[in-house]
Amino acid sequence: MSIRNGAVYDVAVIGGGVVGCAVLRELSRYDLRLILLEKESDLAEGVSKGNSGVIHAGFNVPPRSLKARTNVAGLKLVYELASTLGVPHRRTGKLVVAMADEDRRRLEELKAAGDRSGVPGLEIVDAAAIGRLEPLARGRWALHSPHTGIISPYEFTIALAECAAQNGAEVRLEAPVEAVHIRNDLFHLTTPKGEFAARRVVNSAGLFSDEVARLAGIDDYRIYPYRGEYLITDKDSGLRLGRPVYPVPPRDDPGLGIHITPTLEGNILLGPSAEAVDDKVDVATTREVAAKLRAEAARLMPELARVPFIHSYAGIRPKLVDPSGQDRFGDFIVEESERRPGWISLVGIESPGLTAAPALAEMVVAMLGVRMDLELKADFKPERPVHKRFAALDDDKRAGRVAKDADWGEMVCRCEHVTRAEVVAALRNPFGARTLDAVKRRTRCGMGRCQGGFCTPRIVGILQDEGVPAERITKRGGGSRLFYGRLKG
Amino acid sequence: MGKPLETCDVAVIGGGPAGLAAALGARRAGAGKVLLLEREKTLGGILNQCVHDGFGLFLYKETISGPEYAERLAEDVAREPVKVETGAMVLDLSRERVLRVNSRNGYRLIQAGAVVLAMGCRERTRGQIEVPGTRPAGVYTAGLAQNLVNLQNLRIGNEAVILGSGDIGLIMARRLVFEGVKVKGVFEILPWPGGLERNVRQCLLDFGIPLELGSTVVEIRGRDRVESVVVAKVDEAMAPVAGTERVIPCDTLLLSVGLIPENELSKRAGMELSPLTGGAVVDESLMTSVPGVFSCGNVLHIHDVADWASFEGLAAGERAACYAAGERATGTAVHVSPGPDVKYVLPQIVTSGKAGVEWSFRVARPVRDVRVEVRGKASGKVYARGKYSRLLPSELQKIKVNDAVEEDLEVGCHE
Repeated sequence: MSIRNGAVYDVAVIGGGVVGCAVLRELSRYDLRLILLEKESDLAEGVSKGNSGVIHAGFNVPPRSLKARTNVAGLKLVYELASTLGVPHRRTGKLVVAMADEDRRRLEELKAAGDRSGVPGLEIVDAAAIGRLEPLARGRWALHSPHTGIISPYEFTIALAECAAQNGAEVRLEAPVEAVHIRNDLFHLTTPKGEFAARRVVNSAGLFSDEVARLAGIDDYRIYPYRGEYLITDKDSGLRLGRPVYPVPPRDDPGLGIHITPTLEGNILLGPSAEAVDDKVDVATTREVAAKLRAEAARLMPELARVPFIHSYAGIRPKLVDPSGQDRFGDFIVEESERRPGWISLVGIESPGLTAAPALAEMVVAMLGVRMDLELKADFKPERPVHKRFAALDDDKRAGRVAKDADWGEMVCRCEHVTRAEVVAALRNPFGARTLDAVKRRTRCGMGRCQGGFCTPRIVGILQDEGVPAERITKRGGGSRLFYGRLKG
Repeated sequence: MGKPLETCDVAVIGGGPAGLAAALGARRAGAGKVLLLEREKTLGGILNQCVHDGFGLFLYKETISGPEYAERLAEDVAREPVKVETGAMVLDLSRERVLRVNSRNGYRLIQAGAVVLAMGCRERTRGQIEVPGTRPAGVYTAGLAQNLVNLQNLRIGNEAVILGSGDIGLIMARRLVFEGVKVKGVFEILPWPGGLERNVRQCLLDFGIPLELGSTVVEIRGRDRVESVVVAKVDEAMAPVAGTERVIPCDTLLLSVGLIPENELSKRAGMELSPLTGGAVVDESLMTSVPGVFSCGNVLHIHDVADWASFEGLAAGERAACYAAGERATGTAVHVSPGPDVKYVLPQIVTSGKAGVEWSFRVARPVRDVRVEVRGKASGKVYARGKYSRLLPSELQKIKVNDAVEEDLEVGCHE
């Protein structure tokens, strides 16, 4: 197969999750030809969408581990980066609560680990302080981490990619790398969207980073998928939660324990569970785990066990820990292959990968800099064009928008107050992501309490106006088609 | 933007069967400036997608389709000097009856003398009933499917299973059969159907579609598109019975698992809502706990017949016009609550001394050979009584008290 357009890329990034997109943006500061290849129909379709969206402070991981170092370094970067990119986020602080006096020692261990890693501001607080901070939460003692925060993980991922695209990086969706050939010191990456040749490759393929590495003849890794199920409340549940509340990490839980996390919009996330599964894409939810989540909610925040949930979902963690083995901790792997110089793999990037992503990106750039001349571009734009949501505007600004463009006056989503202008803008994203889920993640259409019941026909109509025929409309690409053609007129 | 620039006497929010009638009612009671705001591009609300027959028997004394019913009602409104705006969505309602309205014509604030809420309802979703499994394409609420099939003319699947036996689900079962979709069965978790008997008969039995009571979908399978569902019997506690699971291959799952009055604006206005109806707590004039704001139709409580939503709309519109003209009820509040086997009763509040009040009520389970009585809670006096050989939860009932009401009441079923 011939190389697409005869072009040779300086760096190809495989995988459009938060890490791949952070790497792409960091590289887009330099005078390089860049491409990111994502196998799904949109960015953030894998590990990066199904998590709690917590900006971690860094006390949950062993000091001196790569997880701890990139987490603490990432924490120093991530808030400013999110502000620069216009990604909604909030420094909320966090509580890790101990229900019994004997668990206080565990909190002290966490604090000591955090202190050693350089996590700022950690302190142990008593029940009265918990009550002041989170009146609905339960606990005898808590570790309070003031610098923990929340962010929308998929908005962050998309924003990183949009910024990179604005600075000249290319992104190909629905382009899974199916084969890798090395010829003339170039990596030739075969995808259904054509073949791409690159001098260097960054493998940030998340759950599939082991398989992608194997395509290049690097048989060093094995990813074990661990599923985590979540439940999410209605914004109108009447329950207020200011900050994430975690239990003392249970000894038998491969994750951080089932916790509660506020979203920026006012929902509460409950989860995740942690089950080793066989299938990397098995994001089914189960009755058993839903019951377990509720039971845990009853412990952390009794009122939460009594309110209705509007949605459940599951995400998969890419762990390096064999569920049948003795090891409990697997560190991030970020390394250049000795066998395939120029090929850098990021493997096992689970929590706290979202927070660590900006630091991991800097690390990857430094590794690439050893082998290539990196020249800063004079015209790098660190931000991206961003419109504040209609729902977040005051009356005057709303009136101004509608007066200028009537599309701001046409409400598409009644639950989240999203306008046609915002849906059209989302569909005209620079990557060509044109699925219902792509619209949902960019606009919140379908995330409200009707869960798409009312806005779906409207979005289907707008998609057709934008040139997507009805039978090509999908939920999230691939075989997730919505329709089987038209009915007889 | 500061002060609202625009005013009206009565603002009606929603142009479906209740809202259209409310605008008419307001005019009949003499309201001057009546404004009807509809968020869709056409009037009629959900009627537009109800292409089946069976509307209008009570209002127009003949049965017509949903769109025809909407058209007639809209024509009646068009004969009145009512200002109708479509594509106009009310985003906020304050206690002082200031509306924030967005439309392609502009974003503006409106001060209303009285407001009639007629926003209708929305459907309970998969997430709310927590159906486990994967999250593929092909899972639709029945009303959404109805819109896609009847208004967008789209083929939503080839083989369907329907969870829940609400009226829309029953009607969609038949509709899908008409369009060549194989409907493999309707599964209802309760021991009785959710929809009207006539719909069970005309939409399922007449087409040989199986209805399985006391069973539910316990898992959705399929990665990209629905590939199958697992159904199982449930016990008295509605928990699935192990060993009764059965896999049904299909590419589409329709959910007809309940309707919820859409009271987002009501909540913004700080209105008291009833946990029994999901709608506002109202008095005999259909006024809510927010003075000057009235409620009718499916936003107040779920109706099974559109005509009755319209009758309620007419009444709410009339009372709203009176309020806008300065009329105020005087008297203390008498509370009315549901008694044995009654799910809810409406209105929940009556002004003491009022005579001739009619209540809507719904039973909580099917009952046979009962007397429904409106009883004084303190005196035990029976204010009204009706004898029924059979009452079903799917059928809204009415009972009227002719006497003046002076004490708290209970509406209940008695042997």
